[in-house]
Amino acid sequence: MRKAENKWGRRALIAISMAFVLLMLITPLLVVLFEAFSSGLALYWRAVSDKYTLLAAKLTLTATFAAVLLNTAFGLAAAWAITRFSFRGKGLLTTFIDIPFAVSPVIAGLVFILTFGRLSPLHSFLDSYGLKIVFATPGIILATVFVTFPFVAREIIPVLEARGTDEEQAAALMGAGFFTIFRRVTFPHIRWALLYSVILCTARAMGEFGAVSVVSGHLRGKTNTLPLHVEILYNEYQFTAAFAVSSLLAAAAVIILIVRNIVEFTARKEGDGNVR
Amino acid sequence: MYVNLEHINKTFGNFQASRDVSFGIRQGALAALLGPSGSGKTTILRLIAGLEYPDSGDIRIDGLRVNDVEPARRGIGFVFQNYALFRYMTVFDNIAFGLTVKKEKPEQIRERVRELLELIGMAGLEKRYPAQLSGGQKQRVAFARALAPNPRLLLLDEPFAAIDAKVRQELRVWLRDMIRRLGITSIFVTHDQDEAIEVADEIIITNHGRVEQIGAPLSLYQSPATPFVARFIGISAPLADIGVLKGFDGASGVSGAVRPEFLKIYTREEDLQYREAAEDALVRSVAFRGDSLELGLDLRGLELSARYPLAKTPLSEGDAVRVLIRYVYAFEDGTVRLLQNEACGAASQEYFYSI
Amino acid sequence: MASASKRIIPGFGLSFGLTLAYLGLIVIIPMSFIAIKSSGLGWSAFWDTVLDPRILAGYRVSFSSALIAALINSVFGLILAWALTRYRFPGRRVIDALIELPFALPTAVAGIALTSLYSDKGWIGKELAVFGLKVAYTELGIIVALTFITIPFVVRSVQPVLEQLDGVYEEAGRILGASPGRIFLRIIFPEITPALLTGFGLAFARALGEYGSVIFIAGNMPFKTEIAPLLIMSKLEQFNYAEATAVALVMLVASFIIMFAINCIQARAAAFVKE
Repeated sequence: MRKAENKWGRRALIAISMAFVLLMLITPLLVVLFEAFSSGLALYWRAVSDKYTLLAAKLTLTATFAAVLLNTAFGLAAAWAITRFSFRGKGLLTTFIDIPFAVSPVIAGLVFILTFGRLSPLHSFLDSYGLKIVFATPGIILATVFVTFPFVAREIIPVLEARGTDEEQAAALMGAGFFTIFRRVTFPHIRWALLYSVILCTARAMGEFGAVSVVSGHLRGKTNTLPLHVEILYNEYQFTAAFAVSSLLAAAAVIILIVRNIVEFTARKEGDGNVR
Repeated sequence: MYVNLEHINKTFGNFQASRDVSFGIRQGALAALLGPSGSGKTTILRLIAGLEYPDSGDIRIDGLRVNDVEPARRGIGFVFQNYALFRYMTVFDNIAFGLTVKKEKPEQIRERVRELLELIGMAGLEKRYPAQLSGGQKQRVAFARALAPNPRLLLLDEPFAAIDAKVRQELRVWLRDMIRRLGITSIFVTHDQDEAIEVADEIIITNHGRVEQIGAPLSLYQSPATPFVARFIGISAPLADIGVLKGFDGASGVSGAVRPEFLKIYTREEDLQYREAAEDALVRSVAFRGDSLELGLDLRGLELSARYPLAKTPLSEGDAVRVLIRYVYAFEDGTVRLLQNEACGAASQEYFYSI
Repeated sequence: MASASKRIIPGFGLSFGLTLAYLGLIVIIPMSFIAIKSSGLGWSAFWDTVLDPRILAGYRVSFSSALIAALINSVFGLILAWALTRYRFPGRRVIDALIELPFALPTAVAGIALTSLYSDKGWIGKELAVFGLKVAYTELGIIVALTFITIPFVVRSVQPVLEQLDGVYEEAGRILGASPGRIFLRIIFPEITPALLTGFGLAFARALGEYGSVIFIAGNMPFKTEIAPLLIMSKLEQFNYAEATAVALVMLVASFIIMFAINCIQARAAAFVKE
């Protein structure tokens, strides 16, 4: 009796899981593809190879690359400072790092308008050097950086925290310098977590919409990223084109998911190989 | 003295880990820092290594004040409690690390590592990773890694703590012989008095951040300087008031302790030497200890422990015996005095005798 | 004395300095402009803005739909996490991999895809229209979008805890004759509560601020389907920065309070489990 009960419970839970994933995750993905090709290949190709699409793609890649680079450097520095040393205010610092997760992307964008926009005290100063931040590429990069700010740090801190500082102390006692310790002792421990967090950061940076939307000013060909381009096309009732561009982003998302899984799988395998 | 600590103080927040710590260790000695956990022994080791810095006081190695010398330039080899082997480096790279950092020539490094692998009996295992080694092997690699750059002082933090009991005994002997053979001045931390007594030529006993006593194992046992040492080393039963015992009336109100070898057990009245000083006791427990029996005695409510030779009349629980307490430790003003039973007179001066 | 501050592992100055400088530049200084700007508005103007009926309606829509979405995901996220850790079935790895799709898929893409699915002529909307149920351009549509966006949070918070949960407790319960339901409620559920709360809190916070996926499906009708972030956006488009900031400040304070409250509950639950 008990056994049969368990079996049905098990089947029900698996069925619910599959139905939920099918309804909530797989159909949206399919509908993007379906709509993108609904008016034929020629129209799809025209939308994808459009000048403004390519310019938007270029800006998205630039902003993503910059955000990943900056946040990786920051994440490593923050993780090193927080986990390898004790100092006053450590808890506060950790909380501050998490702030961007609790802030709406629209507010993130707003913050940079307030800081660097026309009404800001910094504006005239920046303007005198001919520096334009809001409604220009630097603003897009800043907004993307803000939104993806904690990703790398948050992924690496627990890994280093769990491992303690013995190995670094031993290396330092033998006279190794910062870069030697980092490269030879610490880095091997965090390389998978780092790669993993870079992938997450890339995904989030590539798809950011709200924050970028606020600071971009929607100048076609200038401050338009791919997600913003999708919005413009959609609002102009160019549905097929909007979905065609979306399909590029969806493809990128699926590739990111696949890479993420390969990384996770390899890391686990290697972990086993090391523990044995 | 080769290593000298002079009036060291160190606090962590509100916790005072070292209080006016001063001691010296001669060249070539193998010294143990022994104390209960939280007594500040590891802090002392880390201060010498330069992993911590003292709030005040001087640390000298070979006559030179090293307070402001970087840890890496103090000429120290350090074996961490859990070895801290580099998990992502092979045994070879682990041992070679200190030499690589010093930019020694590759062929010299290879030569030195091979020599050390030979020394620790692990030749042929240089390509393994730490995860593929047993606890004992890990410890030996940690030992070799610390020795590779030819340090003048070797520091070991609880070197046997992470090893299971069976291998531990073997490794103690191995490490002691190895260090003696190399003649390198060494200090290790332990909370296990058997380990300290077996391995070290000199023991520094710490308690509440203070050094209680320093000396050879035997002298610590025979003449403890403080009540703490008297209680901590060897077995002893506490006495709240020595004066209640026959023959110690003069010390009424003084607390103290009694070691098993201070007692003599009699089963026949005719053997008794100082009849008027003997006490009546009841055997509470009997444990077989190889060459003798360990007795738990109830002496007017006091719980004492005593040794009793196997060769004599067998005793069992519930038996009544006569006990002569020949000596006690009296604790006065933080010092320890050995008191002899007044009834025994000046009969014997030696108080450590075999039963 | 000076030597007391020395550190053995190198690189503190470099890493700490870099962290502080970057944190200050990207987060702290820009965030402080919110406070500066709203203080410039004045007390009464601030309250007038924030208590405007249209703004209040926006807060209500945002909070209620975020709360419902987070609750939906607490239920389904728990089921998903359970099925993924406890059972082996065909397609398990694919489902596991797909959980992160809402992280990876740009929100704008999710927004137009969901709108297309749930509109009157969409694959799902068509079927629901038979029952007279409208999803797109109603509050239900907002809930669907927010549910999609926050799927990964609960699953990924609970999954590792379930993986590490020691089977001994369950077995002990079974030997003592407890029913599966009782075992779950009395033994397993308390263990995963802190993780579930974390997942819920993260999902709620994320849903509260979400913009991209919602604006397409919401229809953005004043008083009905306007979310608070959209109101900030439209104030900005009118270059009314001060009012936009006032609306944002209330959102910020609310989400910090929620995060703080959930942290406290979680800490208590965790302490309880440890005992």
